Amino acid sequence: MATLVEVRNVSRVYTRGKQKIEVLHSINLEIAQGDFLALMGPSGSGKTTLLNLIGGLDTPTTGTIAVAGQRIDNLGQSALSRWRATHVGFVFQFYNLMPTLSAQRNVELPLLLTKLSAAQRRQNAAVALRLVNLGDRAGHKPSELSGGQQQRVAIARAIVSDPALLVCDEPTGDLDRQSAEEVLGLLQVLNREHGKTIIIVTHDPKAAEFARQTLRLDKGTLVGTQQA
Amino acid sequence: MKYLHLIWASLFRRKLRTILTLVSIAAAFLLFGLLDAVRVSFDQAGRSAAGAERLQTGSRLSFIQTLPFSLGAQIAAVPGVKDVAYANWFGGAYQDPHNQIFTFAVSPNYIDMYPEMVLAADQRKNFDANPNAIVAGSALTKRYGWKIGDRIPLQSQIFPDRQGNKNWQFDLAGILTTRDRKTGGFFDGMVLLHWKKFDDTTPYSQGTVGWYVTRVADARQADRVARAIDALSANSDHETRTQTEQAATANWMKQLVDIGLIVGSIMGAVFFTLLLLTGNTMMQSVRERTAELAVLRTIGFPPGAVLGIVLAESLLLLLLGGLVGLGLVSLLVPAIVKGSGGVLNLPTVGASSWAIGLALMVLIGLAVGALPAWQAVRLKIVDALAAH
Repeated sequence: MATLVEVRNVSRVYTRGKQKIEVLHSINLEIAQGDFLALMGPSGSGKTTLLNLIGGLDTPTTGTIAVAGQRIDNLGQSALSRWRATHVGFVFQFYNLMPTLSAQRNVELPLLLTKLSAAQRRQNAAVALRLVNLGDRAGHKPSELSGGQQQRVAIARAIVSDPALLVCDEPTGDLDRQSAEEVLGLLQVLNREHGKTIIIVTHDPKAAEFARQTLRLDKGTLVGTQQA
Repeated sequence: MKYLHLIWASLFRRKLRTILTLVSIAAAFLLFGLLDAVRVSFDQAGRSAAGAERLQTGSRLSFIQTLPFSLGAQIAAVPGVKDVAYANWFGGAYQDPHNQIFTFAVSPNYIDMYPEMVLAADQRKNFDANPNAIVAGSALTKRYGWKIGDRIPLQSQIFPDRQGNKNWQFDLAGILTTRDRKTGGFFDGMVLLHWKKFDDTTPYSQGTVGWYVTRVADARQADRVARAIDALSANSDHETRTQTEQAATANWMKQLVDIGLIVGSIMGAVFFTLLLLTGNTMMQSVRERTAELAVLRTIGFPPGAVLGIVLAESLLLLLLGGLVGLGLVSLLVPAIVKGSGGVLNLPTVGASSWAIGLALMVLIGLAVGALPAWQAVRLKIVDALAAH
């Protein structure tokens, strides 16, 4: 399979006062298109930092990152925003939905950045909600939905603009086992049937079982790979 | 426009706080509208088509300084002068010193100088025939229930009769109305009495007049005529200043009260407070939504779009509150004018007031939104999400 994400010699150093903390050390990684990758490791191992770098939310201190052949480590803020809007979908541990908007409106948010008409935006959002089995909850606000349903709305928002890559930071960290399995099953469907490349950060070995391969990080270094 | 629902939802995220802020903004713009109506009302005094042909000559020193009666004949002889009238301030109050009435002692031809004033021919005849007569504006007669033939007691705040009594009795001979309420509302609230009666009764006048009103044959020659009139008393003990009626009225008002300064000072304080209040609301609102703004940035909203959304929210807040406030003024002013019996002749909110009000809404909206919008733009997505 073709390589979608290419990480070369990436380090990330944070400065806290006078102290410099190197969170990632010379990471080299290739993720194939259509892969479902779980990033595991203890707290502070750099999982989320690596995910943020691949998702274009942060830039590396050294090294290069390319997604679908395009370097993203050297893009400015506005260019990176545009790139994220078209190439990546994000799913967070705490769903991060807009509490004042309905599920439908939340899913429509990424489409506001496109040239689609209001009717097309509504239609696409409705399709995405149906895909996550929440077509009947479109008018509900996040506070009227369960945690699992909110996370499914967040997944619908992540896929509505049809990005090639989904990055998910502890997507089941706030869910009970049943809801977690529903969400992971949904991600698996998106990976297998819709060809989405998915990277999830998780502490949960059961969640990692849904992935095709698991990468382990420790103290900012890749320490192992495990195929499903 | 496609962000409108997002902006609207953010604005009403905390309904009670937003509503209270809207009430504050509406109250500020209500005050602005009412005070601006007062300012415009003062500004419009003396503005009329006929006013362009009229000059007022008063003492160069102060409006309380009188001028010799003999000057009138000299002014009449200046080339370009068509008519000359004269008047004195009387300073009347009815029943209570708080019921102040613009009362003037005027020459017999004074009413002819003001085509804006309308007085029925028979009433004019009665006024001219009775030295003790007065004519009063229709708003006053309505307010106090005066009828033609009534004996009206007026108390002069300044001028006593020769026995030291400041209570004067007059016969109401006619009711003045105005042709154009917008520019001539002032006439509806005033009283005119005969200058001769005034001069004969009070020992203070002694054949002097407060000011002269001159009608010029050609309004384009007004400046030249004004200079010629002032030249008549140059280097004398009663030097004059002749101005167009509008300038004279504005000057006279300014000596009584600088309404522009008062309105400006009050509104400055009100809008400064509004700036702090609304600014605080916006800062708080954006601070509470740090994670939401970070999510918008995460899913691809560029910094400029986030800046625009926060600024638009602030503008919308000011526009909603401001339009409600100015709208209320539009409803209240006619009620105030009606309630005062026409004595308070405030204009409705005109195009210029709306324009100033809208400009203020936009300026304050941008000012209070600038800092939170800038903070939203500078947001570090990773840190904001981690904090959440």
